Amino acid sequence: MALTPEEVRSIAHLARVGVDDATLTELATDLTTVLELVEQMNSVDTTGVEPMAHPGAAQLRLRADKVSEENQRESLQAPAPSAEAGYFLVPRVIE
Amino acid sequence: MSADLHTLTLAQMHSALQAGDVSSRELVDHSLKRIEATNPDLNAILQVDVEGAQASADAADASRSAGNAGPLTGIPMAHKDIFCTKRLNTTCGSRMLENFAAPYNATVVDRLNEAGMVMVGKANMDEFAMGSSNENSYFGSVGNPWNKEYVPGGSSGGSAAAVAARMVPAATATDTGGSIRQPAAFCGITGIKPTYGRVSRYGMIAFASSLDQGGVVAATAEDCAMMLHAMSGFDERDSTSADVEVPNFAAGLNESIKGLTIGLPEEYFGDGLEAAVGDAVQAGIKELEALGANVKSISLPNQHLCIPAYYVVAPAEASSNLSRFDGVRFGHRCEDPKDLEDLYKRSRGEGFGPEVIRRIMIGTYTLSAGYYDAYYKKAQQIRRLISDDFDKAFESVDVVLGPTTPSPAFKRGAKTDDPVSMYLNDLYTVSANLSGLPGLSMPCGFVNDMPVGMQLVGRAFDESRILAVAHQFQQATDWHQKMPATV
Repeated sequence: MALTPEEVRSIAHLARVGVDDATLTELATDLTTVLELVEQMNSVDTTGVEPMAHPGAAQLRLRADKVSEENQRESLQAPAPSAEAGYFLVPRVIE
Repeated sequence: MSADLHTLTLAQMHSALQAGDVSSRELVDHSLKRIEATNPDLNAILQVDVEGAQASADAADASRSAGNAGPLTGIPMAHKDIFCTKRLNTTCGSRMLENFAAPYNATVVDRLNEAGMVMVGKANMDEFAMGSSNENSYFGSVGNPWNKEYVPGGSSGGSAAAVAARMVPAATATDTGGSIRQPAAFCGITGIKPTYGRVSRYGMIAFASSLDQGGVVAATAEDCAMMLHAMSGFDERDSTSADVEVPNFAAGLNESIKGLTIGLPEEYFGDGLEAAVGDAVQAGIKELEALGANVKSISLPNQHLCIPAYYVVAPAEASSNLSRFDGVRFGHRCEDPKDLEDLYKRSRGEGFGPEVIRRIMIGTYTLSAGYYDAYYKKAQQIRRLISDDFDKAFESVDVVLGPTTPSPAFKRGAKTDDPVSMYLNDLYTVSANLSGLPGLSMPCGFVNDMPVGMQLVGRAFDESRILAVAHQFQQATDWHQKMPATV
């Protein structure tokens, strides 16, 4: 199926990726090509096939519910573009 | 000896260190000099840590004097810039992380540090490991040491080029769809992607979490075995880490391959394979037969669906993983955002390159309301079929063998305008990621003076076997000893 530039605009919004109008058409062409490639999957009937989310039969482990890490707030916030007093700062959300 | 120290393999460096013929400080200084001399042409290494490397080398020499040296102590190496390191920035080849100083080390980094290896620098890569040519790096593309007009492959192109140019004897790498094996093939070296869960993903920046796996590139299978051993093993901090015993891979290398059955999937030798590459692989197969292995034709009937399924699963997981880059907690933030949405959109639009944006968009689309069953669920069902094909094959064969890539390295710029033709580089490699199986690429010849790789795929957690087959092959051939003219 061919994506239109308008559909690409809405996907970009869902992904919160800023894309300028000039590249919307180009992206629509690229994404359509990729979707055509993946649609080859429809050549095989997969009715009743159990989906495989993960390699092997590995079950996700649960760790014990106990404190395992020291507080590292300062070092973990050090790479933040803007942080103060333990908070990440963003533009005002409530006027 | 000192003029050509860099031509030694990792194992040979270890022997020279043990014999007292060379110190770690000499090896590391030599590696740093090699990088200085050859990297400007290749751009394989993004950052060098002279001070840290020299200090670690001195510490390694001291622990050797104290009688505490292991097989990797004092040997220089590079980390793919996807592994978080407290020293040096961790960029993942992206503008998004251009100035990112990781607050912690990846488990792989800690383990190799504990083993005494010396990180000399961080290797270039395709942005967020998305690419097959290293042309998607924000920090510039990488030259193939065999001919710098050609790509080194990707996404671990910097790691592979640094080893092929003998800047370092070995480097870490990661593989989501072929990103260790394809560049190893293009650069004429050996690379192994272990079984999913074998090597911890903690601190390895996530692309597609059900496919990503860390591994090694080096000159020989023996070197890969030595380093992989130190990297492997259960890690509480990675919820998908496998609690499976790690054999001493190096100790099993001399296992004879007499009577071993090698499966040759007919789908790996048909349409899409360049004839001269097929010839080089066939010559390699003859060599293995001469060593006593039996070959058997097999079929992986869903092979043609690997790339389509991969390009749903990988982008879907990427779109979710990369949502963490929001311009708030770390990474690039745009100038003067007018509100929160503007901050998200511009930070991400500016921070990510075109291929990363394409994949995030594909993933967002295939996971969006109403499309999930048609794309993601369908791809997961096909993934099951592909995995079942391997299970069936391994009922009658010990390893599966074929070409690593359909063609040798291509010229820089040749495929940048056509994402799908770039994706086909991974035609033979993605199935091991979808199935979680270990895969190895080793050099087996040349086409037009560029190296050709041969791939071995093994049963889950049977890295020992593919490493032994590769080692036996390398005892009988010298393709792995060939080096670019500039070395």
